[in-house]
Amino acid sequence: MAERFTKSMARNIYLGGSAFFILLFLALTFDTQLRAMPERDNRDQITEQVIHGKHIWETNNCVGCHSLMGEGAYFAPELANVFNRRGASDTEVFKAYMKAWMNAMPTNIPGRRQMPDFNLSDEDIEALSAFLEWTSKIDDNNWPPNIEG
Amino acid sequence: MKYESQRVAMPYFIFALILFAGQILFGLILGLQYVVGDFLFPEIPFNVARMVHTNLLIVWLLFGFMGATYYMVPEESQTELHSPLLAWILFWVFAAAGTLTILGYLFVDYATLADVTLNRLLPTMGREFLEQPTITKIGIAVVVVAFLYNIAMTALKGRKTVVNIVLITGLVGLAVLWLFSFYNPSNLTTDKYFWWFVVHLWVEGVWELIMGAILAYVLIKLTGVDREVIEKWLYLIIAMALISGIIGTGHHFFFIGPPEYWLWLGSVFSAIEPLPFFMMVVFAFNMINRRRRNHPNKAATLWAMGTTVMAFLGAGVWGFLHTLAPVNYYTHGSQITAAHGHMAFYGAYVMIVLTIISYAMPIMRGRPYGNSNTAQIVEMWGFWLMTISMVFITLFLTGAGVLQVWLQRIPESGSAMSFMAGQDQIAIFYWMRLVAGCFFMAGLAVYFGSFFIKGQAGPAEEVRGPANAES
Repeated sequence: MAERFTKSMARNIYLGGSAFFILLFLALTFDTQLRAMPERDNRDQITEQVIHGKHIWETNNCVGCHSLMGEGAYFAPELANVFNRRGASDTEVFKAYMKAWMNAMPTNIPGRRQMPDFNLSDEDIEALSAFLEWTSKIDDNNWPPNIEG
Repeated sequence: MKYESQRVAMPYFIFALILFAGQILFGLILGLQYVVGDFLFPEIPFNVARMVHTNLLIVWLLFGFMGATYYMVPEESQTELHSPLLAWILFWVFAAAGTLTILGYLFVDYATLADVTLNRLLPTMGREFLEQPTITKIGIAVVVVAFLYNIAMTALKGRKTVVNIVLITGLVGLAVLWLFSFYNPSNLTTDKYFWWFVVHLWVEGVWELIMGAILAYVLIKLTGVDREVIEKWLYLIIAMALISGIIGTGHHFFFIGPPEYWLWLGSVFSAIEPLPFFMMVVFAFNMINRRRRNHPNKAATLWAMGTTVMAFLGAGVWGFLHTLAPVNYYTHGSQITAAHGHMAFYGAYVMIVLTIISYAMPIMRGRPYGNSNTAQIVEMWGFWLMTISMVFITLFLTGAGVLQVWLQRIPESGSAMSFMAGQDQIAIFYWMRLVAGCFFMAGLAVYFGSFFIKGQAGPAEEVRGPANAES
């Protein structure tokens, strides 16, 4: 580096640059959270049941195998659109599917990936279904590309 | 070692390496479960093994960063550590809390663990990488704050160097951003948005400051190059890291709910994110070419060069491969993400911790110029075995990911292959990844073996006049 470029100039780029981009990031965060998101995430439809479903999702560490909107583990299928894939986008069909599925686990087929039995009550499974149904309706820029997730 | 209190870094490094071995062991279990689905089921289901694998990584890197800090800050400040006793107490508290948490994952059903740790009072569990019980999260926060107090008291009473300032800025950022792990709103999209404030702003933000500071410190010690030059580089590297990385968070906001302008912002800024890693490569190789002495610890020099190259490849190149929104639309949450994650974490953070360990550990063991030649050769075998294995792990996961995207993502609904059918098709890549993982474990064993070889290196050979005595 040329000697004319001094350490204090480098420091000023660091301080000025990071301060500017921190402020810009905060401004964008306010815009995203306060203006844009309420129109995209259907927050008026977050019922007590959906909240309970998220709690079930978390306390059973579902994200340890599955992904949800592409985030999580990649060991088991994506679930942000499972409402459409397995429930035919119908609340009652999906609930029935979820109960049948959860109660059939684990399959115990030798050599195949196994999903544990989480001993969820019907009420818990319905809440989980409601949470996944609400999740499937978030405007996430049309992801995933197809029904398979 | 100029100050006796630097020695408190030793237990941190040793414990970090033990946890590292645990992390790799569970990595092998996961790799096998990918192809033999019911391996260890139901005793250790995949989600439990994965939690152990990722949480061990995070905790041992934190131990590594803390050890590095305890070693570097007294020497940079030219004063003894404020309280070595506090450092020891925090070591035992953190080690006990970390061990208990891992044992909790392994021996207690997760829902029960959430229940007995009173997760309902402040629900924070069950989110990727933040699976720790709330009480553990509070424990981490307390340990980090007490640690920062100890470090700040040390730094304030001594010489202020750029290395210290950058390191401590990174650590303060780490602590502040950790607070977002306690924010878990019931709205999933808000939850996800701020979850990235911990995850992204750690690894593509403040951790780069920590990495840069450790690298700068080791290069000063190994090359004897004038501090002014190294500090100027350090400022430029971290400037680029933050300028690109902060708005670069947007590459995670593409498909989790935030509006479309993030597709542009995230793509443009994360396209710049390889730059600070590239600068680190140029920096390390330049400083070593301009060295004023041939430091006899050649293994540490190899780690210092290696970490920059592998971080550039893993974080920079493999990150860029799938970061542009039109590409990420198809690759998001596929094995390509896993490929990138493995090489980026190994290159940037595993290797920087192993760099400082390689430099500092011999000194703390009474070998001021480094380990014996034999020990260094064995250590370098460990370096190459682990590094080349990680390259292959990354290549095989990339192969798996490309095929997964081709089969499962690109075709239209109706003709696209289902997730599980696709997984069967790409199993050969998972098998090869597992073999590469076994080589990684062998490399780790060789690396550990190097610690048990006796003897030490002789004094530095001067090359271009006397080394800067002060540095």
